Amino acid sequence: MSKNKTQLSYVDKNTPIHRLSGATKLLMVLLISFAAMITFDTRLLIFIVLLSCVMFAIARVPWRSMKLIIVFIGVVMLINILITYFFAPEEGVRIYGTRTVYVHFFGRYYLTREQLFYQANQTLKYIAILPLALIFFVTTEPSEFAASLNSIGVNYKIAYSVTLALRYIPAVQREYQEISQAQQARGVDLSRNVKLTTRIKGVLTILFPLIITSIDKIERIANAMELRSFGKNKNRTWYKRKSFNPMDYVVIIFSALLIGAAIALFFVNEGRFYNPFI
Amino acid sequence: MLKQTLSVKTIVAIGIGTALFFLLARFVSITVFANTNLTFQYSLLAFFAVLFGPIAGLLIGFVGHVLTDLSFPWGLWWSWIIVSGFVGFAFGFVMKGVNVEEGEFESKRAIIQFVIGTSIVHLIAWVGIAPILDILMYAQPANRVFTQGVIAFALNSLTTSIVGALLILAYSKAKPKKGSLKKDN
Repeated sequence: MSKNKTQLSYVDKNTPIHRLSGATKLLMVLLISFAAMITFDTRLLIFIVLLSCVMFAIARVPWRSMKLIIVFIGVVMLINILITYFFAPEEGVRIYGTRTVYVHFFGRYYLTREQLFYQANQTLKYIAILPLALIFFVTTEPSEFAASLNSIGVNYKIAYSVTLALRYIPAVQREYQEISQAQQARGVDLSRNVKLTTRIKGVLTILFPLIITSIDKIERIANAMELRSFGKNKNRTWYKRKSFNPMDYVVIIFSALLIGAAIALFFVNEGRFYNPFI
Repeated sequence: MLKQTLSVKTIVAIGIGTALFFLLARFVSITVFANTNLTFQYSLLAFFAVLFGPIAGLLIGFVGHVLTDLSFPWGLWWSWIIVSGFVGFAFGFVMKGVNVEEGEFESKRAIIQFVIGTSIVHLIAWVGIAPILDILMYAQPANRVFTQGVIAFALNSLTTSIVGALLILAYSKAKPKKGSLKKDN
């Protein structure tokens, strides 16, 4: 559980990326991940991957905590590649319209140039988005997050509920742990030694008190907020809001340009796929 | 419309619901067989959507799934995130007209409505929307995404029907009803 904490937590540093407003970073992640999602142009994908690697370096994300994550990503990606290949060994051929066989494994499984290219593009799409999301979480203070959501146009009440969620994740984790230990002390077995149905029943003996008591908690917090007149006014000021600097505008315009590039490439490539084989 | 329906209680419910969704999706899973895990976040989503309405369901599903994906190494998988939001939103309508707070869920008819309603939502979501978005957004091979979708549908509708219904029943039973106090003669 602590592993996960290091991954999602803010690291206080003074880098150009940290100095950007949270709203800028949020917009950047959304815009660039959208561009990476819609495009299948290899050149643009490689550019985005390089760009996020450079930002990763500028933000000085602690490498030690990332090592394990990168190994994990590698494994997940490999499994993903194999599953896609297992289900559709000829998908690349269907998309790119040519067929160049390198090796024949067995049955319908051939290694074709087109399939290799298609799956390389898919892998690039995963890699392109990942560092950006990590950068956002490592360089944005949680309390600035609500302010940044609000300044990109999200209703402040909804922005506040997201902050509440982030604030209460550690609390519900702790509660889950406590209830789990209490139930285990009463003899509930959650290990692999018992039957599947027994284990499911065991987990449910933890979930029920956890979820039912959360309703009481909701009532308590809501009352406290109402006592302080939350939601009375149309707007709200934020203690942690950062104002926009010229650099913020540069980053936002640049991210928007990337989407423009992704759309322009639809016309250049006459479709979503960049096809080097014709 | 949004501003009128969002009471402070709903806002807090969205926050706590999202935190619980994240916890259940991230840490509470039972391995059935290799690579297939039983998770309970959609049972929770059904519980919250039935109690607090479609907008709460939409936001808990959407934000909860975004947070979960961020904490896993594969990053944001937008197509399934959108589907989670849809599931939460649609769950909010399944029990319309049944007042859980007043014990109206404790009838065979209401439970059947819940099981059939949530299963239909899951069917549309995982066998319809999710694979289609996967193909449109990520150009995934069709047979792969439909196989995945059918498995997701089977597991999710099973856990939602059983655990979700039990959760609402437990909540309803714990709640004192109108007219539960009687004057002694």
